[in-house]
Amino acid sequence: MTVQELPGAAAYRPTPPPAWKPITDPAPLLPDPEPYRVLGTDAVADVDPELLLRLHAELVRGRRYNAQATALTKQGRLAVYPSSTGQEASEIAAALVLEERDWLFPSYRDTLAAVARGLDPVEALTLLRGDRHTGYDPREHRIAPLCTPLATQLPHAVGLAHAARLKGDDVVALAMVGDGGTSEGDFHEALNFAAVWKAPVVFFVQNNGFAISVPLAKQTAAPSLAHKAVGYGMPGRLVDGNDAAAVHQVLSEAVARARRGEGPTLVEAVTYRMEAHTNADDATRYRVDSEVEAWKAHDPVRLLERELTERGLLDDEGIERAKEAAERMAAALRDRMNADPELAPMDLFAHVYAEQTGQLREQAATLRAELDAEQDHDEQGAEAGR
Amino acid sequence: MTTAAATAGGRTAKAKPATMAQALGRALRDSMAEDPTVHVLGEDVGTLGGVFRITDGLAKEFGDDRCTDTPLAEAGILGAAVGMAMYGLRPVVEMQFDAFAYPAFEQLMSHVAKMRNRTGGAMPLPITVRVPYGGGIGGVEHHSDSSEAYYMATPGLHVVTPATVDDAYGLLRESIASDDPVIFLEPKRLYWSKADWSPEAPAAVEPIGKAVVRRSGHSATLITYGPSLPVCMEAAEAAVAEGWDLEVVDLRSLVPFDDETVAASVRRTGRAVVVHESPGFGGPGGEIAARITERCFHHLEAPVLRVAGFDIPYPPPMLERHHLPGVDRVLDAVARLQWEADS
Repeated sequence: MTVQELPGAAAYRPTPPPAWKPITDPAPLLPDPEPYRVLGTDAVADVDPELLLRLHAELVRGRRYNAQATALTKQGRLAVYPSSTGQEASEIAAALVLEERDWLFPSYRDTLAAVARGLDPVEALTLLRGDRHTGYDPREHRIAPLCTPLATQLPHAVGLAHAARLKGDDVVALAMVGDGGTSEGDFHEALNFAAVWKAPVVFFVQNNGFAISVPLAKQTAAPSLAHKAVGYGMPGRLVDGNDAAAVHQVLSEAVARARRGEGPTLVEAVTYRMEAHTNADDATRYRVDSEVEAWKAHDPVRLLERELTERGLLDDEGIERAKEAAERMAAALRDRMNADPELAPMDLFAHVYAEQTGQLREQAATLRAELDAEQDHDEQGAEAGR
Repeated sequence: MTTAAATAGGRTAKAKPATMAQALGRALRDSMAEDPTVHVLGEDVGTLGGVFRITDGLAKEFGDDRCTDTPLAEAGILGAAVGMAMYGLRPVVEMQFDAFAYPAFEQLMSHVAKMRNRTGGAMPLPITVRVPYGGGIGGVEHHSDSSEAYYMATPGLHVVTPATVDDAYGLLRESIASDDPVIFLEPKRLYWSKADWSPEAPAAVEPIGKAVVRRSGHSATLITYGPSLPVCMEAAEAAVAEGWDLEVVDLRSLVPFDDETVAASVRRTGRAVVVHESPGFGGPGGEIAARITERCFHHLEAPVLRVAGFDIPYPPPMLERHHLPGVDRVLDAVARLQWEADS
């Protein structure tokens, strides 16, 4: 029997699947073809000069903070430091666009954003010093713990923003992640949940070119990371991550959009990690100096300084003042980090559960006895030495 | 936790046959009614009421914002629950099946279990993760795992599993009220097990962390939990004919572990068999046997034995009866407890 002979074949008319229609119109979600810039363009005329000056002062401080923290690793005061040198514009803007009631979800490279939001720099660094995991109360500062497992903090931001909205609170969550993190499953799940729930979240990807050693080309075949937003039904924004005014504007718009109840935005900031992954990494194994040099010409602090000096908003004296303020911050940080942290071994058992289990009580007693024996030993040694 | 209307250990006049599934659903409902911060989320938990119908009626009674059908992504569900708990809610997550919970392991291991600790006690996460677990329902591949060993090996989690209708209600209420994360393992082959039970006056039960002696005996102790409790109870009845009077201990929670009740029983009987579905190697039974040996060595008349699932991936349903510890395998183990040394 051929197709033509099938009963009813003459009446057959192909139709689309019965209930199909597009869920979301993709056109308005698409990012700009090129990273959005403000400094050195006509758009800068609309920016409040006070904001530019504030960004400048914060960027200079941020640059100095990164240098100081890196120096502390060489002095053995920090176990490790993943520097955000070169990314200060993005780090600072992320902190400044949020209200006090909002929440920041930083990754391990974002101590600068946390500090710029007002977190005590020593409390921000305890994780990397190694004396305690999270050196601050997240609820007090509305800064989630610095997150090491990549992208796993993104669903937290979604859940928190969703919960705030259910409670009727005006709270936005800004979640930070790197280019490598966008390959993780949690990135996908978080963006999908946020879009479906219309959660007031801003996903802020700093594309700094590398996931440790692996360049972006080995990470994704997407037109840009911002384009990934379209697949979730949220707008993607592409911005020059070294242009502090541009990042501030794009993130502010995304935060405002979330606040209006219009849902999440994915922002990709194109930037560059000027240092190695951490002090323990050797970047010469995977990238060439000429690339680093090219990015030096696009340095976020220099871009801002050039804009401000050309417009007569900042002079050498002003630059000097910003540097001096940064030096004072660095000196204070150095002094405080030079003091040995107080360690509390018995606290290892204090916060595993609300109430210690029988096993933990037994194990705490074991450690207590070991500590007492150590102390006796030390005292006897001191006595013998006298 | 005690319920106001509870009558200690007894039954009220209104008690009538109810399934474990009904008691679990009622526990969710009562928790949600009592505490507006309790939110249920998971796959198919809303309109459908869950594939096992445990959440039936919750979305209708409390609305979609309190009982939420999520996208199909377990890490996303649990990760979102973490954020909700950070903001002061008390999420109850349903993982559809044991093996479907694995995508959420990173959230569980790296955040749920550790958040209280890594924030120095500042940010505990009162999350309950309900996981239907275990075999015996004829489920095809990936629907019958006993994954408790993974959870109990992770500091920071409580691991609770009911075996009776009373406990299903009482332990779930207490888990949701707990300020710590609880992995609440629901033995799915007991979902339809019945007991006299009154939703208006549920019996008070022992708190999480207390094991309960379900059958007193003096010959040997069977230590078990969840889906294997009925097997052990049946074995104990059958053992009477063999001249053995077996004690049966229902652990109810693997974490915290009730060393006192277990050790007291084994000191009385001098012999012990641990019974569970989970594979024996690296399973809960090894830990339990070690703890018994450490505490009761001089009271033991025989090595502590384990009757566990084989160390194989869970078998196809037509073969699962060969894998699951049954009455005969339990009795065989009891027979190997060196009785001749007594005479």
